[in-house]
Amino acid sequence: MNFSPQVEIQIIAAVVAVACALPGVFLVLRRMALMSDAISHSILLGIVLAFFVVEDLASPFLIIAAAITGVITVALVELLHGTGLVREDAAIGIVFPALFSGGVILISRYAGSVHLDTDAVLLGELAFAPFERLSVFGYALPKSLWVMGGILLVNLVFIMLFYKELKLATFDAGLAAALGFSPVLVHYGLMTLVSVTAVGAFDAVGSILVVALMIAPPATAYLLTDRLSYLLGLSALNGVASAITGYWLARWLDASIAGAMATMSGVFFLLAFLLAPTRGIIAIARRRVRQRWQFAQTMLTIHLLNHEGSPEAQQERRIEHLDEHLRWAPSFAERVVRYAERQGAIQSDAGDLTLTEHGRQIARDGLSMSEASPDQRSEFAVS
Amino acid sequence: MTESLNNRLAIDVADLTVAYRDQPVLWDVDLNVPSGVLMAIVGPNGAGKTTLIKAILGLVSPAAGRVLIHGQPYADQRRLVGYVPQRGSVDWDFPTSVLDVVMMGCYGTLGWGRRPGRRERARGMKALENVGMLDFADRQISQLSGGQQQRVFLARALVQDAQVYLMDEPFQGVDATTERAIVALLQDLRAAGKTVVAVHHDLQTVADYFDSVTLLNVRRIASGPVEEVFTEQNLRLAYGGRVAFLSRDAQADGSTGQSDTASSEPVDDVITVQVDKPIDTSLRPS
Repeated sequence: MNFSPQVEIQIIAAVVAVACALPGVFLVLRRMALMSDAISHSILLGIVLAFFVVEDLASPFLIIAAAITGVITVALVELLHGTGLVREDAAIGIVFPALFSGGVILISRYAGSVHLDTDAVLLGELAFAPFERLSVFGYALPKSLWVMGGILLVNLVFIMLFYKELKLATFDAGLAAALGFSPVLVHYGLMTLVSVTAVGAFDAVGSILVVALMIAPPATAYLLTDRLSYLLGLSALNGVASAITGYWLARWLDASIAGAMATMSGVFFLLAFLLAPTRGIIAIARRRVRQRWQFAQTMLTIHLLNHEGSPEAQQERRIEHLDEHLRWAPSFAERVVRYAERQGAIQSDAGDLTLTEHGRQIARDGLSMSEASPDQRSEFAVS
Repeated sequence: MTESLNNRLAIDVADLTVAYRDQPVLWDVDLNVPSGVLMAIVGPNGAGKTTLIKAILGLVSPAAGRVLIHGQPYADQRRLVGYVPQRGSVDWDFPTSVLDVVMMGCYGTLGWGRRPGRRERARGMKALENVGMLDFADRQISQLSGGQQQRVFLARALVQDAQVYLMDEPFQGVDATTERAIVALLQDLRAAGKTVVAVHHDLQTVADYFDSVTLLNVRRIASGPVEEVFTEQNLRLAYGGRVAFLSRDAQADGSTGQSDTASSEPVDDVITVQVDKPIDTSLRPS
């Protein structure tokens, strides 16, 4: 089984992307996106310390030590936050730079001769990944493909096994605890997963890309779906798309692969942010405009309905009159009248406005809506 | 289990003290809830009502005291207890459907690792039917109104098929229709022999909706049947001087707006209540 190095790089990148996106979904839902940043940096200290003990960069102890450091990061953040003296985001900002800089100092002071250098830490060495190979069951594949494939499998199995627990503890930690599903256990389970994933991915793609691949694809998918299972699937797909297109962008620009992949994950987010069918900026803007016209039309029909059959109706239903009574500028009033006419709500005969049956219905609906309880009204609110 | 159910006290709280740092939130609270009652917990802001519910459920660890559910510690009786948290305690933008949230009530009986299946779906649909939300089963939860959210939470508790229900402000921010539906549901639960304890804010409706009441203000002021305990004197003890007792006539134009406010608690300094006569329900918004 031999692929060309460029195909292998893309496969590794895609596997890393999916492995990161799956736990990333829960980080985003739990509003803990920053924790991926913290973990992906502070694990460096664990790697360096383990390296000093075993003096072998290929040792699996490095991954274990790094994962433990990740969990310790989470625990330290919670400890600091728990004192009530520091907010959680500030606690993250204090803990991880301390651990990360400890790692950076140790590397620069004692490990200058090994290939653990700060560039590799931040950006990874995806381009070199195919050169370091490992033979398992007779298949000589890039080592990072084995590692990340294994981590992806662990993530998949964990999320499949504890899907229900993750969902409950994320949505309603109180009920989870009351039912006997320790949210703390679920939390640390997830954080272990994030740590292990970050360690594996860190080696291949560096800490910047770990954050990009954990957070951007789920945040993008969140704009496109409202089901958790689809969210997981879409995040994985989006991660793969970012990885592959990022690779080709890097080739085209002759630039860093990790940087290009992170960029593409941002580009996909931007596209969803603008174009998502219901939650995108453009869809929201169009909805707002439509609602503005509909609201104006409702006001107009209610105004006309209120004066229907009354002595002053003749006067009240003149288009010029709207300026005075609804405080509408003449040009706006004209546009509303045209809109309402197109909708078949009113008929205009040389500026004399009369309601159609449809228009009366709109007015009645509008009136009953404003009489509804605040609770029912909220159903019509735009969020 | 039958043996433990025979215990006459559904909830037995003794000497419960809960403190956040050095600030006691509940101070030496004793509470006996007989089986089969419908009890309101009332008290001013910061009285520790939510904390009491959470302490009974083991969600906050007490500094002292013990809690028994039908004679046993909560950890052994989880299956007997249904919980309706405050509506605002969860993220309603969470990507999931109404039925999915309701089925979460089954998770306790399923245990770790087992997924809900057809049976849990059926139970979820049944509970949604009970709260009049069957048509909303596949709806995304962010599209629900406040009253609908509350109904979904109640349906989730129904699915738990518990003996004792603990509810934190089930009437908070719901419309009058939903309020009536919830009251009917609570009374059905009592009729079925269940015990219901609910944090409640509208003092006007305590006598209408509940048969028992606990007045709480860090300490337990009084607890027992409404007619014995829900007295002017006890209310003054619980709320301090901030309760105005109005005659029925004066109340006519001031009694609305208590139950349908969206805010979590009455914000006024003065809380009006009439305790000695039943409230004329025709005054309530419909």
